Amino acid sequence: MDEKLIQIIASTFNIPAASVKDDLEYQSIPQWDSISHMLLISQLESDYNIIIDTDDVINLSSVAKAKEILKKYLDK
Amino acid sequence: MLLSGKTVLITGSSKGIGKAIAILFAEEGADLVLVSRDMNALKELSVHLSETYGVSVNIREADVRNQDALKTVFNELLLGGIIIDVLVNNAGIMIDSTLQTMKEDVVKQTYETNVYGTMYASQLALRSFLRKRSGSIINLSSIMGTNGAPGQSVYGSSKAAIIGFTKSLSKELAPLNIRVNAIAPGFIETDMTKDINSKNPVTIGMRRNGKPEDVAKVALFLASDLSAYVTGQVIGVDGGMII
Repeated sequence: MDEKLIQIIASTFNIPAASVKDDLEYQSIPQWDSISHMLLISQLESDYNIIIDTDDVINLSSVAKAKEILKKYLDK
Repeated sequence: MLLSGKTVLITGSSKGIGKAIAILFAEEGADLVLVSRDMNALKELSVHLSETYGVSVNIREADVRNQDALKTVFNELLLGGIIIDVLVNNAGIMIDSTLQTMKEDVVKQTYETNVYGTMYASQLALRSFLRKRSGSIINLSSIMGTNGAPGQSVYGSSKAAIIGFTKSLSKELAPLNIRVNAIAPGFIETDMTKDINSKNPVTIGMRRNGKPEDVAKVALFLASDLSAYVTGQVIGVDGGMII
C-alpha cells in the first residue's frame, strides 16, 4: 500500500517519490495546496475504489495521516 | 446532439422545470440520473425518456433535505462507475407568506430544501467532477433572489443565497475546470406558481408568462460545451421582467 500511495502522491503533486516522506504536510510545499489536495483525494478514491468521508478529507493533513486513513478504508 | 456522452443528475426532476430539463437533455442525448421524492412520477418519466430517446435513465428517490439520502445516491453512483458530468440543482419549494405571518417551520423547510440541499448535492457531485477534471453545476435561483417581491422574503432570500453560493463556488472550482452558474427564472408557469397571480403579463416585457421549456433551453446551454468558458454567471430567464 505504501509504495502505491507514495507514487500517487508524487504523481499528483508532480514531485519526486523520494521527497514523499511521512512528515510531508499539507501546505508545507507549494505543490500541496487546496486545489491539489482535492485532486489527491479524487485520485485515492479512484485508484482504491473508495469514498473518503468529509472528516477524513480534512484530517488527511500529512503523508503519515494519509497512510493511516487509507488503511482504515482498505481494512473495512 | 449537444449532450451526447454526458451524464446529468437533476434534482426535483419529476415535474415543472426539472422535468422540462430532463426531457430536453434526453432529446440532446444525455444519460440521466433523476432524483425526486415522487418515484411514481419518475418511473413514468424514465420509461418515456428511455423509449423515446434511447438514453439511459437512472431514477433515485431522495429528499434533498436529507444529507444521508443524498450521500447514498451519489456514493452508489460513483462506486457503480456512473460519473456525472453535470449537476442541476433544481429541487426547491416556495411558500408565499408575509414575514408577520411567517412560521418558523416555513423558514426551516425553505432553507433546508433550497439552500442546504443545493450545497449538499454540489459537495457530493464534486467527487465525480474531480475524476474527469471537468464539470458543470447549474443552480436554480429566481428573480425573487435578484429583485424580491412582497410575501417572498424567505423564498427570495433563499434564492439570493444561491447566487452568493454560485459566485463563490465558481471562483473556488474554476482552476479545476468545473463551472458553476445559476439561472434566475421570472414568472414560469408550473405547479409551484399556480397560486400566484399570473394574469398580469403586462409587467413582463415580452407580454407572456414563461414556460418550463424556456428555462430548460438556458440550462442546456450551461450544461453543454457551448458555455465552456462561462462560469459564475446568473442568467435571467424572465421575458424582460427585469431589464
